[in-house]
Amino acid sequence: MRLRSLAIYSAALAISAWVALPLVLIAIAAFTPRDILYQWPRPFWPEKFTLDTIRFFLRSTGVWQSTLNSVFVAGLTIVLAFAIAAPAGYAVARFRFRGRDALQLAILTTKMFPATVLSIPLAVAFIRWRLYDTLLGVAIVHTALSIPFVTVIVTSVFIGISYELEEAAMTLGSSRLQAFFRVTLPMALPGLAASAIFTFVLSWNEVFASTILTLNNRTLPALIIDSVLGQGAPLHFRFAGGFFMIVPALIIIFLIRRYLLTLWGVTVR
Amino acid sequence: MAVAEAELEAIRPPVRVNWTPYLLVLPTLFFLGLFFIYPMTQAIWLGITDPQSGAFTWAHFQRMSADLYFRDAIRFTLIITALAVPLQVLLGLAVALLVNSRFRGHSAFLYLTALPIGISDLAAGLIWLSIFTERGYLNAALQGLGFIQNPLIFLTYENRDWLLTAIVLTEVWRATAIVMVILLAGLQLIPRDYVETAGVFGAGRWQTLRHVILPLLRPSLQTALIIRTILAFQLFGTVVTLAGRQIPVLAGEAYFWYSIYRSPNVASAYAVLILLFSGTITWLYLRLLRIKEEEIKA
Repeated sequence: MRLRSLAIYSAALAISAWVALPLVLIAIAAFTPRDILYQWPRPFWPEKFTLDTIRFFLRSTGVWQSTLNSVFVAGLTIVLAFAIAAPAGYAVARFRFRGRDALQLAILTTKMFPATVLSIPLAVAFIRWRLYDTLLGVAIVHTALSIPFVTVIVTSVFIGISYELEEAAMTLGSSRLQAFFRVTLPMALPGLAASAIFTFVLSWNEVFASTILTLNNRTLPALIIDSVLGQGAPLHFRFAGGFFMIVPALIIIFLIRRYLLTLWGVTVR
Repeated sequence: MAVAEAELEAIRPPVRVNWTPYLLVLPTLFFLGLFFIYPMTQAIWLGITDPQSGAFTWAHFQRMSADLYFRDAIRFTLIITALAVPLQVLLGLAVALLVNSRFRGHSAFLYLTALPIGISDLAAGLIWLSIFTERGYLNAALQGLGFIQNPLIFLTYENRDWLLTAIVLTEVWRATAIVMVILLAGLQLIPRDYVETAGVFGAGRWQTLRHVILPLLRPSLQTALIIRTILAFQLFGTVVTLAGRQIPVLAGEAYFWYSIYRSPNVASAYAVLILLFSGTITWLYLRLLRIKEEEIKA
């Protein structure tokens, strides 16, 4: 038994180090003075830290604007995804109806759908629809990509809230809508907030579609891809950019850790 | 009596369809139809028609397959997938089993190992660039330990094995988390009694894992394999940040044809190719895994 727990702890420690080390390293790199990054022999620990590298990144052309764009697109995606997918999630949780299983399967299939395949034909269509190079266009594609996740998590949230409470409110004289808004919704809020937050990460991180669908109105990942591939941005720009991109994600995963299993945990049977 | 029966008939409502759920589902169906099914058909359409006349043509596929990068793009996409996905599944399974053993501190461990879910392929590529680049952490460590005098150059065309290694490591680092979460969710569905019963009948831990847990985990393993393989075919951010176009991959080529050569048609041909690959691999997995199940029964 001793041996077994020793094995478990050493395995857990090794895997933790494997996951954490690169994160620590990029954080160090983002605060390392520029000249040390290019120095040889290269010290592992830079002795002194600086905000210059991050500041250089944030002041580079377009970075601030594209960060705002990313946040705006993510916000819009949350609104659109909820307006469209939350009712479907509620329906799957509360009603038994013909085609319910087929719908769930279809939603699961879209989760595996290649974003790459969507982006290029949509770019062509968006030029025609005047959505090309607009933040709305990017948000629409991100909405399509996040609908499967929002539906799944909304379903699980409402399954977790007993329908009897809603019924009780209705016997006490409130209408179905009132019962929903006064009783069920307040209890569902934490779960819904978690899926909104996850939608934010999904949109904030999405690279391919935003790169294809924008030209001047870049989101942050699209701008970074562009400056790395197109202009050969210097290393310290890349490191600071990498660090800057993962910070919100780290906070957000922490906030939604209770719902991680729901997001990906539905399987094909 | 007849009166009572008639009353019952009146009380029992005629079978009526409740339209509410359909109404609630409608926006999702409409949106997915417009932004999934339409682009999919449009990709195929763009790939096989002439942009001016709209007539059927193989020209775009011919241009795609005649391109210098084409064979390499297919080869490297498949190599990276074949190396990274099995590693992700094995490591993901190990982490999921560890978390499920509920050792002290398992929830902190779960949070830490799930972190990469929030990290994009682009950011992951940049993180590992800081390790593998010429003046990166790997060279710094090797020099510090006295193995080398001058920095080794890992990320170069002359050294494609190292480029591939860097890409595969980055992918394993980033995407194991998703596999782990899928498998952990599957593990938690397995009733504890099953494992306990196996123990009562004298099965060791290894036998329990092999003959009880893994067969019950098959649906989750299947999902994890399919999702990861399909996403591996779309590999883009990791590869372009670490290798640029020195390691061409399918999604990368679609990007280059669209934004540099300005040919949505050839880019669509690549998109169709990715779609075909994804469809084929899903079909293969479902077939292969099903045959295995029959073998077990026999």
